[in-house]
Amino acid sequence: MDILITGLLLGGTYALIAMGLNLQYGIARIMNLANGEFLVAGGFAAFWFYTAGQVSPLLTIFIVAPLAFALNWLIYVVMLRPLVRRAKSRGQLEVDAILTTFGLSFLSVGVMLALFGGDYFSYSYLARPVQILGDTFALNRLTAAVAAVLICGGLWLWLNRSRAGMSIRAIAVAPDSARLVGIDVPRLSALAFALGGAVTAVGGSLISTFLTLDASTGVLFTLKALVIVIMGGVGDVRGTIVAALMLGLLETFVATVIDPGLTLAAAYLMFVLILLFRPQGLFGRKTA
Amino acid sequence: MNRRTILGTVAALTLATGLAGTALAQDTLKIGAVGPKTGPLAGGAEVSFWPNVQLWAHDVNAAGGIDVGGTKYMVEIIEYDDQTNPGETIKAVQRLATQDKADFVLAPYSTGLNIASAPIFQRYGYPMITHTAISDQIEDLSNKFPNMYFLLGGATGLAGGVVEVLSDMREAGEIGSTVAMVNVADAFGIELAEAARPRMAEAGFEIVYDNSYPLGTQDLSPVIKGAKAAEPDAFVAFSYPPDTFGLTEQAKIAGLAPKAFYTAVATAFPAYAGRFGAAAEGVLGAGGIHADGDAFKEYAARHMEVTGQAPDFWASAPTYASFQILQMAIEGAGTTDREKVAEYIADNSFDTIIGPIDWDENNANAKYWTVGQWQGGVFKGVASTGRDGAVAAMPKTGWE
Repeated sequence: MDILITGLLLGGTYALIAMGLNLQYGIARIMNLANGEFLVAGGFAAFWFYTAGQVSPLLTIFIVAPLAFALNWLIYVVMLRPLVRRAKSRGQLEVDAILTTFGLSFLSVGVMLALFGGDYFSYSYLARPVQILGDTFALNRLTAAVAAVLICGGLWLWLNRSRAGMSIRAIAVAPDSARLVGIDVPRLSALAFALGGAVTAVGGSLISTFLTLDASTGVLFTLKALVIVIMGGVGDVRGTIVAALMLGLLETFVATVIDPGLTLAAAYLMFVLILLFRPQGLFGRKTA
Repeated sequence: MNRRTILGTVAALTLATGLAGTALAQDTLKIGAVGPKTGPLAGGAEVSFWPNVQLWAHDVNAAGGIDVGGTKYMVEIIEYDDQTNPGETIKAVQRLATQDKADFVLAPYSTGLNIASAPIFQRYGYPMITHTAISDQIEDLSNKFPNMYFLLGGATGLAGGVVEVLSDMREAGEIGSTVAMVNVADAFGIELAEAARPRMAEAGFEIVYDNSYPLGTQDLSPVIKGAKAAEPDAFVAFSYPPDTFGLTEQAKIAGLAPKAFYTAVATAFPAYAGRFGAAAEGVLGAGGIHADGDAFKEYAARHMEVTGQAPDFWASAPTYASFQILQMAIEGAGTTDREKVAEYIADNSFDTIIGPIDWDENNANAKYWTVGQWQGGVFKGVASTGRDGAVAAMPKTGWE
């Protein structure tokens, strides 16, 4: 039971890390390697507001989300839309996007270093024990997991129930045909990309309550997010959630029952197995 | 690449008013500084290394420069970011030697980057006074690289210090004999854990939980829960900065509160007390310093004033001391000839802010701090291999 809950909490953290990238890669078709940097920036905002004015990170996210949304919208329109226009195929767009966002990640690290230095930013928020079914857990991790459920649930409902959401899913499936049925592909792609950036930054704010970050840790989160998105299936919200939870449960199980040293090995073993037997990811569609 | 030139205001004023008669170009010594500003070790380097480079250059120039055979030279620092990548460290040193024509290069930050760049320091004849290299291969290294010096100590000494402190506490009846030991699965953690195991056994301690975890583990609660289930009298973690914070927080949450609680790197950082406040009281950690000594207090005040941040209670002062040694050696040798300066370092002992430094047969400082403890908001040295000023370790009384 303890393993189950700890694993689900960790899975919630992973879902927060990966959901933004899924929107950006799966729907806006931008493989954003600077994703982790936005997560760190969100974490820094939470740190700054908390240490400077004792503002709860749970409130900071309402400042972080619109800011990150606007900034990502701008990045998409200025930097990435020309690539989308120019690209003759999805493959070419992917290569161009990877190169551009790789550069963007260096730029972001540099800007963050200049703004707030390379020191660790770490603070204590909601680091209190809570009892669930007789076992002890950290309140800040529980909070992040609950927020992950709310964010992912909200996204899923929006994508499946609203007109804009369905249009966005149509873009994910067939960007060329979507235009034929009157969907404004450029605008909605920008929306999906900006939304992904906002979700990532909010995730960063929440995660910073229990993880110690510094300006250059972003790449670690990009990698983890990439693994989860690919395991779950590109462009599918359910897949990302399921993959994140599976990864959280697996790592906790291995750490508790076998050896904490093997968590990384177990995670990548699962990744390899999924790629071998379902290369399109758990919920992904086969490409022709 | 990050390149910045620091010339103290005082230095500029002195030159401007014409006190120094000769041309500016000849009045500066170019000193190279290579270290992580980005990458995994940037956080540590921003605490222990870079502020000291800034402080040292400030101090030297404020005092009128380095005296080389009667002529005063201002120092000009040329900084490079090595991205915590050994290949980049080597390239930067090469660039400093060949393009920037640096007179001297400060030793880089961390064990790995020092070992990786030792051959290139050797090739250009730069004396390499390491301040943050902890290794048990000091003998090998100093045989291969006679220009290499070690200030911070070895893994055996650090691990031995932990066992010594635990033994003392057990003798005082404060703890029993069971220890839970975890380590980060990286060179530093593995080396210390391996050095600690036989010493623990020899001292009659029983290791009831012994595990490692990968670098960058995002959830350390299974580790802490496993350690707690073993009900140890002491908890020892050979950890790196992010996991030092993570393990402490989880221990607090899970209620793992043995009388002796030890985490390694970053326990001595001001940020540790900043994050955990009163809960940090009684936590043992790697390093330590004679925190009550006037030399350290005066240094800490200057560090705060010049760099705007406090030094840590372990590597900061030795880092500054290593720069002091280089300065004293240049002045003592009366020349900027690297070979003569290196010779001078080897043949002399130095009086620094961490006290007198003598070299043993392996060009290492044999007297260093091994364990410290947060007591009353200050991280005080509780064990060393021969430094003055150690205070007694006290048992930790919970997390409140």
